[in-house]
Amino acid sequence: MKILSFLLLLAGWFLVLSSLVLLSSPPSRATFVFGGIGVEILGLIFLFRSHAIPRDEKG
Amino acid sequence: MPASGLTEIAMIACLFCIFLVPLAGAGLALINTGLGRSHSAAHMMMASISVLSVAGLVFFFCGFAWEGFIGGPAHVLNVSGKGWSVIAAQPFFFRRLSFDGSAGSLSALLQIFCVGLAAIIALGSGADRWRLRAACLSAAVLAGWTYPLFAHWVWGGGWLAQLGSNYGLGHGFIDVGGASSIQVLGGLTALSVTWILGPRRGKYSADGMAPAIPGHNAVLVMLGCLLSLVGWLGLNSAGAILFMGVQPAGTVLIAMNTILGAAAAALTAALITKIRFGKPDASLCANGWVGGLVASSASCAFVIPAEAVVIGSVAGAVVTFAVEWFELGLEVDDPAGAISVHAVGGIWGLLAVGLFARFTSPVLNISGSAATAGGLASDSWQWLAQLVGVATLLGFVLPLTYGINWLLNRIYPYRVSVEGERQGLDLHELGAGAYPEFITHTEDFLPR
Repeated sequence: MKILSFLLLLAGWFLVLSSLVLLSSPPSRATFVFGGIGVEILGLIFLFRSHAIPRDEKG
Repeated sequence: MPASGLTEIAMIACLFCIFLVPLAGAGLALINTGLGRSHSAAHMMMASISVLSVAGLVFFFCGFAWEGFIGGPAHVLNVSGKGWSVIAAQPFFFRRLSFDGSAGSLSALLQIFCVGLAAIIALGSGADRWRLRAACLSAAVLAGWTYPLFAHWVWGGGWLAQLGSNYGLGHGFIDVGGASSIQVLGGLTALSVTWILGPRRGKYSADGMAPAIPGHNAVLVMLGCLLSLVGWLGLNSAGAILFMGVQPAGTVLIAMNTILGAAAAALTAALITKIRFGKPDASLCANGWVGGLVASSASCAFVIPAEAVVIGSVAGAVVTFAVEWFELGLEVDDPAGAISVHAVGGIWGLLAVGLFARFTSPVLNISGSAATAGGLASDSWQWLAQLVGVATLLGFVLPLTYGINWLLNRIYPYRVSVEGERQGLDLHELGAGAYPEFITHTEDFLPR
């Protein structure tokens, strides 16, 4: 799950970069940037979940 | 006047401000120490000095070569007809740098302190369990690669600063005093280190409880806050002159916004903790204070004082709730609250630029004719440039810093042994405690 999380973070960032290079109108750029950040947030959620401490390792 | 050609007054003002910056590092070191446990206090101060030294030397060896300065040589990637400055192309060891008060030499001097400041941030998260040599190793990679790369993009006229001239996104990514390149970068490194180290022994129990492990010295924490304020005044002012082309007279507004941001944040934290717990919480107020300083860094030159108060207030609230959320909700054991203060507070500060900043004079965050054109750019879509910067921090810097620290941990384990953690890092790693005449851990001296 960690690898998937980091891939999502990178994928989100590439979406943001792609919007700069491939799109010319600012509104569509903004839409893609929001999309990219959404993917990054998904990656962050998975990343935090993958680092949750298992119950048997607590204490 | 472009930042590469500072007036004599600007040079003197900038030099004076740079001399204040080490106080920010001293403040953070005291805060980290005070919020940690007494049997690791000397270790924390020793670690702070060590990572400052390592970071400074590595930055001298190779860091500045890749970070560079506005107008300096850089490797440029051509992307669909637009030049993206990706990394600087300075020679190693500060060669070909004239130490004569030029913008390049002042930039090098400021950044040798900034990189140390970024390295100190993660120490607070790894308190009581991060080995000294491992912390130095992590600081070396941060100073030699992660920091220079991102700082070039923001402060060296790199592709984030060029978003305005290349793509019409306002004035490009704006960060006056290092909210991104120092604070968020340091905070994300702290998050990576915390994940890799795991929580302190006994922090989270199987029954779902998370007992508080309070800091050992609130006086050190508060003194650290006051010292940090002085350091931040220098950091924000020097950054504004060197990287945004602000005139020395503009530092009056910057200083005003910096103190107002910190004050509003601390009082907001005090109010929230008073309402929730019945009494103001000293450590959370300290976190709020530094969170306000961090948030003020991004926009201090381009907002009015009333907006600085709003930015500080929001930072104080966000940091206060984030500390609890990370500790109890996400089970991230961060003794100094560094992730909330520096990463969360910094991201809010960067977004606040897009919400509040207005630009009455040209922003000279890139070089030459492009800077002049960028200076005349409209403020529209500035918020989008800030979002691209934040996306880069989360989508590129976090995986990079996590990957590097994960690899280093495989080569040289970061975490101290169970015995060392029980004994305290002072005795285990340094052989002497910070307060030998006051505290006797009798069990620590049992023969092994």
